Amino acid sequence: MKILVCIKQVPDMESKFKVNAAGTWYDDADLAWRMNEYDEYAVEQAIRLKEQVGDSDLTVLSIGSKRVQETMKKALAMGCDRGVHVNDDIVQHKSPFEIASIIAEFAGNKDFDMIFTGMQSQDRGSGQVGVLVAELLSLPCISTIVEFAYADGKVSAKRELEGGTRALVSCGLPALVTCQLGLNSPRYPTLPNIMKAKKKELLSFDVTELLKVEARQETVKTYFPDKKAGGLVLEGDVNDLADQLVKILKDQTAVLA
Amino acid sequence: MKTLLVAEYRDGKLLASTYELVAFAQKIGADSAMFLVGSDSALPQYDGTIYLADSGKYNEFNPAVHKQLLLDVIAQEQPDLVVFSHSSYGWDLAPRIALGLKAAQISEVVDIVDGVLVTPLCNAKLRREVKAKTSQTVVTLQVGAFGLDSDPVGIPTVEQIDTDALAQVEFGGYEESEGGGVDLSKADVIVSAGRGIGKPENLEIIQRLAKALKGEYGASRPVVDAEWADHNRQVGTTGQTVSPKLYVACGISGAIQHLAGMKKSEFVVAINTDKDAPIGEVADVLIVADLKQFVPALIERLHK
Repeated sequence: MKILVCIKQVPDMESKFKVNAAGTWYDDADLAWRMNEYDEYAVEQAIRLKEQVGDSDLTVLSIGSKRVQETMKKALAMGCDRGVHVNDDIVQHKSPFEIASIIAEFAGNKDFDMIFTGMQSQDRGSGQVGVLVAELLSLPCISTIVEFAYADGKVSAKRELEGGTRALVSCGLPALVTCQLGLNSPRYPTLPNIMKAKKKELLSFDVTELLKVEARQETVKTYFPDKKAGGLVLEGDVNDLADQLVKILKDQTAVLA
Repeated sequence: MKTLLVAEYRDGKLLASTYELVAFAQKIGADSAMFLVGSDSALPQYDGTIYLADSGKYNEFNPAVHKQLLLDVIAQEQPDLVVFSHSSYGWDLAPRIALGLKAAQISEVVDIVDGVLVTPLCNAKLRREVKAKTSQTVVTLQVGAFGLDSDPVGIPTVEQIDTDALAQVEFGGYEESEGGGVDLSKADVIVSAGRGIGKPENLEIIQRLAKALKGEYGASRPVVDAEWADHNRQVGTTGQTVSPKLYVACGISGAIQHLAGMKKSEFVVAINTDKDAPIGEVADVLIVADLKQFVPALIERLHK
């Protein structure tokens, strides 16, 4: 079985962000980078499928500057067999449609049986790429999955809906699924596997080889929203803070009668 | 400006988010028509045309078929904007439509300013203004970002629609989340644990604070996914929606999905080491501190 998992490198969401000089995105200087959290679940599920089926090959793909190879190495250390790095120093300027087209251009002639992606990215969160890739490749797609099972050429998944309800959806292969948080427990790469990952194939090619479409949208401006007025921010010694909060609760709520 | 609003139907009921789409169209002064795979037993109060496909025949979830039904209506209506809710149904169907139309899709719109769409970036710490370069645009609206000022009124004109399109997936029905357990929507005080508690053993600190305030404890999604708390304690879009007199968010960054579940609380206190955490957007008081030190200090004073 040939499996593909697509991952994105994103900054840690607890970072202190700044707007870039052009005012079009966040500045990527001084940020800690990591694998998009949704993609961790996708990588883990792809590896579990690989382990279940036995005779299979798992490719991890990511688009971005050389820096994304660090995140790809984590995927390789978790258990992917090989990596494809699509080198693009200005990936943040690409819209979901362009990203999906690049992935579809790569995957189009490779006959993957299963493709895994995260359901959205933590930074942009458009939630479009996975579904677009499936549509471009004419694959059935089940998005937002919190359960996945494979048996006899069929995928049985559960989509997570609002309120925690799940929808049972199944389809045949080849197919694409987009993964929601909590789908599984992503494994920590062990030291021996981190060492083995260094020897795994990691091909790099330029995005211009795969980008054949034009952007359908553009970012006009990125900015910080005005802070909500009236919210009180308190800092200092925890004991003083605790005293202050008790007073606030007594004055402004009825909970400490 | 013409819009086509994609309403949603689940478990035999029309979802209230449908009216958020109507509110958006009104806000931009656009004409609208509606599309729904549902049933004429649960139509929205809407003064316009609804293109209705029978969910009994096509299923409530059937992306390839819903896509074709919708594309056919779009071909007829020629809307400038196709509007979805940014929901598990909307974010699944919208990209398929956008691709079919060769249109830009702009997701999770929170505002529209002078015709320019605004979306959140980086867990809503930032905002981004986006413009489509295509003549038609597909948008998904953040749930709760738009709303009608008054109760919806109207009786729609229904046009039945059908298709020969084939399903690509099989829909096997719904599974409700494990019921039972606590009903957080009845609690006056909720103290919730987020990833900031660090390890499962620290949930106990949150539970003690909840008890000291005579309330219930809740949890954000990461804590539930890690199995440190039961799903029935989860507050947020895929958990429970609450509006207690007091909500104390401990070590919760304030992901959009969590805020959606608690932002209507009367008074919100957030405890977080990150001064810029998005929870600050809805907090009446943000205590910048480590909850492992602050919460015990608070409990001590409450016991006096």
